[in-house]
Amino acid sequence: MPTLSERILAAPAGTCVDRRVDRAFVHDGTGVLTLGTFRTIGRPLATPERLSVLFDHLAPANTSVTADLQADLRRFATEHGLFFTDVGEGICHQLMGEGHVLPGEVVIGADSHTCTLGAFGAFATGVGATDMAAIWATGETWLRVPETVRIDLQGRFEGATEAKDLALTYVGRLGMDGATYRALEFVGEGTMALSIAGRMTCANLAIEAGAKAGLFYADEVTRRYLAAFGHEVACQQPDEGEYAQELAIDLGDVEPVVALPGRVDAVRPVATLEETPVDQVFVGTCTNGRFEDLERLAAHLRGRRVRVRTVVVPASRRTLLEAVRAGVVERLLESGCTIGPPGCGPCLGTHLGVIGEGEVCLSTANRNFKNRMGVGGEIYLGSVATAAATALAGVIRSPEVPS
Amino acid sequence: MKLRGRAVLLPADVDTDQIIAGRYLRTRDPSTWAAHAFEDLDPTLAARLAGSVLVAGANFGCGSSREQAARALRDAGVVAVIAPTFARIFFRNAVNLGLPVGEAALDCVDGETVELDLEAGTARAESRTPVACRPLSPRMQEILEAGGLVELLRRQV
Ligand code: SF4
Repeated sequence: MPTLSERILAAPAGTCVDRRVDRAFVHDGTGVLTLGTFRTIGRPLATPERLSVLFDHLAPANTSVTADLQADLRRFATEHGLFFTDVGEGICHQLMGEGHVLPGEVVIGADSHTCTLGAFGAFATGVGATDMAAIWATGETWLRVPETVRIDLQGRFEGATEAKDLALTYVGRLGMDGATYRALEFVGEGTMALSIAGRMTCANLAIEAGAKAGLFYADEVTRRYLAAFGHEVACQQPDEGEYAQELAIDLGDVEPVVALPGRVDAVRPVATLEETPVDQVFVGTCTNGRFEDLERLAAHLRGRRVRVRTVVVPASRRTLLEAVRAGVVERLLESGCTIGPPGCGPCLGTHLGVIGEGEVCLSTANRNFKNRMGVGGEIYLGSVATAAATALAGVIRSPEVPS
Repeated sequence: MKLRGRAVLLPADVDTDQIIAGRYLRTRDPSTWAAHAFEDLDPTLAARLAGSVLVAGANFGCGSSREQAARALRDAGVVAVIAPTFARIFFRNAVNLGLPVGEAALDCVDGETVELDLEAGTARAESRTPVACRPLSPRMQEILEAGGLVELLRRQV
């Protein structure tokens, strides 16, 4: 009986397969290099209808060099009729997740967090620019079918715990390279308690444990979500596959946690870090920038003023619009938050919220490597609720359940 | 394929931000990446990379998919990279760019000559017995021997 990866790639773990790519995408960062390499290959685009170019990393452009590089890629994408989203539309993974990825598909992105799209029951993984250029030229790629780590989720979250705490918890348990070359498969009745946003958060961090993909089986929740985008999809029934490793997590036991600066797997209960001063709080990214996250942030802030600068960046235009229509943006502004344009924002430390030498940021992102958000700065990773409590206190605080 | 060079030792979990920092990625001149390799880890390292074999700890190249990391090392003259395990995207990128990689736990001292023999599947520090390397898949060997994926595709036209 196959695992979900084996089923989608139609071969047993350990084999190498050549596979047609159903959906391939680049962003403005990796797209520039992909385009350069594609040109040296010297072939036409094999399957332009399956390729996307989405601007998110430095969008809008931060320097004239960036603007020039983007102009070339923009011209190429529009001239060849690729699915193209310009600055302000949002983060590639979020946009692809807004109805462009279906269960059972093979999705390749030139970005390591492409695993996010495993939330839809697709096999989604990241590659570099040369692999992507080869996909542009041939429509195919080769993949080694990964062994699978099965993560069995039971129960329900309690208190102010959320999907991000679960994600950090499993990365902490597996370690930064605990699942290298493997896929994670999330199963069990606890998955039903997770919304699509929560599943995307969970799948997003698969790469932080070294995994190639992080998959959820498409179920009723997936069906309903995709129906809103006009897609009729079938549910995927889990089989009893052969797993390389199994991990059981009771959601009721998960507590609010943060990852210490430098390592995503250095996960500690928030309660043990209370009173650590922070200079900035950042809520956004492909991990936690969705409508549900913004809404939860507003709910936790409850109209009170933040005590440190708090940068909020919605993951997409749709997310932002939804937040505007629901009055969430107004509440965040009244609380003193700064709202950035949809995109990656300061996540990669190049614009719109970079931190300075010795400064500390509590971020809802997925990566806290040294210098990532600015040279000499430190990043703690946590949930939206922890970000809210920390923003209100100016020091790391455990989240309270909003009344 | 046999690769020889002076060992440059690196710790475990060296991520792609440490190999080449995000602030250098956007440029009209990709030849600048090599000079900034490992800048945030040790600014003196870049000058020692030409002719070197990097001997790193586990999980080398974790983090982002940025191919600039493998490219910076190749362009700086790194002959090969040896580590007990690699992050998978970095591993693929290196092979695609024609930068040989070997998965082995190699014990050696900084500066001594090391050899990676991809056919024999071994890595060896000068005066010691060779250790086994995890074999590369036939697909990866084919790409490496062609000098990278672009070269392989161009030959197939
Ligand atoms: S939000 Fe951050 S992690 Fe996500 S794609 Fe953008 S830069 Fe990468």
